[in-house]
Amino acid sequence: MPAIELDQVTRVYQKYSARHRFQTFKSALVKGDLFRSLRPDELVVALDNVSLRVDKGMTFGVIGENGSGKSTLLKIISGIAKPTSGRLAVKGKISALIELGAGFHPEISGRENVFINGIMLGLSKKEIVRKFDEIVQFAELEEFIDAPVKTYSSGMYMRLGFSIAINVNPEILLIDEVLAVGDAAFVPKCLDRIDDFRRRKKTILFVSHDLTTVTKICDRVAWMKCGKIQMLGEPKRVVDAYLQDVAVQQEEDFQERKAQAAVAAPEPAAAPVPESPAVPPPGLPVEEEKREQRWGKREIEIRRVALKTAQGEEKHVFHPDEGMVIEMDVAAQEPLKDFVFGIGIFNSQGISCYGTNTDLEDLESVAISGAGRVTCRIERLGLINGTYYLDVAVHKRDGYPYDYHRNLYSFLVSSTLRDVGVVRLPHAWTFTPQIRFKAPGEK
Amino acid sequence: MARFVRNIRELYRFRVLIQNLVSRELKARYRGTALGFLWSFFNPLLLMTVYTIVFGFILKPRDPAFDGSPWFYALFLFCGILPWVWFSSSSIESANTLMINGNLIKKILFPAEILPIVTVTSNFIHFSLGLPILLVFIFVFGKTLTLYALLLPVVILVQFVFSLGFSFLISALTVHFRDIKDILGNLLTFWFFTTPIVYSLNSPPIEEHPAIKAILILNPMTHIMQGYHDCLFYGRMLDWNSLSVTFVVALGLFYAGYAVFDRLRDSFPEEV
Repeated sequence: MPAIELDQVTRVYQKYSARHRFQTFKSALVKGDLFRSLRPDELVVALDNVSLRVDKGMTFGVIGENGSGKSTLLKIISGIAKPTSGRLAVKGKISALIELGAGFHPEISGRENVFINGIMLGLSKKEIVRKFDEIVQFAELEEFIDAPVKTYSSGMYMRLGFSIAINVNPEILLIDEVLAVGDAAFVPKCLDRIDDFRRRKKTILFVSHDLTTVTKICDRVAWMKCGKIQMLGEPKRVVDAYLQDVAVQQEEDFQERKAQAAVAAPEPAAAPVPESPAVPPPGLPVEEEKREQRWGKREIEIRRVALKTAQGEEKHVFHPDEGMVIEMDVAAQEPLKDFVFGIGIFNSQGISCYGTNTDLEDLESVAISGAGRVTCRIERLGLINGTYYLDVAVHKRDGYPYDYHRNLYSFLVSSTLRDVGVVRLPHAWTFTPQIRFKAPGEK
Repeated sequence: MARFVRNIRELYRFRVLIQNLVSRELKARYRGTALGFLWSFFNPLLLMTVYTIVFGFILKPRDPAFDGSPWFYALFLFCGILPWVWFSSSSIESANTLMINGNLIKKILFPAEILPIVTVTSNFIHFSLGLPILLVFIFVFGKTLTLYALLLPVVILVQFVFSLGFSFLISALTVHFRDIKDILGNLLTFWFFTTPIVYSLNSPPIEEHPAIKAILILNPMTHIMQGYHDCLFYGRMLDWNSLSVTFVVALGLFYAGYAVFDRLRDSFPEEV
């Protein structure tokens, strides 16, 4: 039996550009689309012909990028926004955790706000009196409940909001990304409550960017993209497809920035002044911040750097278990005997994750002349998720730099893994039979 | 019309919420002020003092209704200013209420018409807190309170309906035309002086100019004020004819204001 049913629901928002002119006038001028932004009735389709069925008792996840229509979907279902066209049927009392504590008044006490907010969410006064202690206890605000809400921290605010909303005891619970602000102790408590709801066979619609939680608690997942449901089905599969799509897009972003960087810096300077700010070499995109530098007199020059997969395909978004190949095209102006090639990988905090060079690995340089290629093959990247910066350099054994590229290149490590630290050490868990776990995805 | 009735009935279900929001409004307004609730008395008192000094003592009322006494005049003023403040503050606050409470409209399924109702109601509470002072002044200044004072709720009802209608209209329109707030301020000043508050409807200069009198008669607030003056100041029977016509006008405004509000309702979540 469906608890929520959407039939070809479309929601169109109007941009009343003319009235917001003072905000957009300048940017419209700059972009040169003044007339377009002045045209009335510019429409934004937030939901495009969405049909959806959520059965009673199901925990249904919705994922997707920002602006893909997830929140609009929730607002339509909760009744806050009306569909422009299409039909919506909802069976049962709804409680929407769209913004916690949305109705709180800062000047009055937490106690009074609990009553008002509870009534707004559909509780009767008696019910609130009955549940009051539980609400306060769950929010861990016993000491502060009589203080004005404006003195609360955002965490306290959110806890109280969640606590009220969850106690409304609805048949359908809509959750929109509200757990993102909770602290480490409170979020598990909320998830417990949500689990409790699931056990009692209530319907939950869960919008989140936390893909791991989505995979863990949802029975079905819809992936929204540009106002449409791109994919709908078993959580693991949908999340994987979504991640793949995200990785492809990140890759495209990188390519685009690379193209822009190439346009911005046509040729490396022929005779660079040592220690001067880097002239970005054509090839990889350059980060905006000035943490990157290039120096050296370029007796040996690194002309091009490329990051590739083990299969030789150029890319910038890697999975931790993937290998990476760093390729450097180098050229020596004159034959030299003393040279060392090195690489260094730094994370976004500037911590050195790994660094090595040919000298450290006891390779003794013999000769270089003309142009050549240096390849460093990393079998398995083994880094945790994040953005990384790459140093490449060629210098003398005593450290005198020929050509040093500091943080000129970057790449992304992206996966569903959630381990922490600097690197992902190869590992495996085993347990004796007394200790048992469920495998991921096992019901 | 059926939808209108259904909506109004729906509102009745929300009375606990209205009640709570009103008390929240009242608590929040005076929290952190030194005088607290006394401000409800203070504001009209201050206004009355100023008007009494300027019009009563400096300009001296020639109107026979006041027997040449500035104290009677002060009382007359108080009878009018108190309800006028209720009306004008409700209107001005209604212009803002949807925007201020935008969060509720955007994030919670919440019948928006509650907000202007709360505004008018909380200002009504202020008004009723001022009433005891008025009664005290009636004795202090040597007038007598007659049994006609018991008809006060009738007048209040007419004003309540009228204020609600006006607030619905203003609050809904301000969402789309933000400058209504500024226009409203001027309109209310104008309206204040075209309502017999600082002068009586029967004062000789007005009787002499039928055009001015006609304007005043066409103003619904005139008859509401007249009602307050009749039962509190003059101590005589209400003018049932004009008051019932005014009530019909008030109901009309209520219906029209609500219809506009209802029509624009769906645009509120995006526009506030």
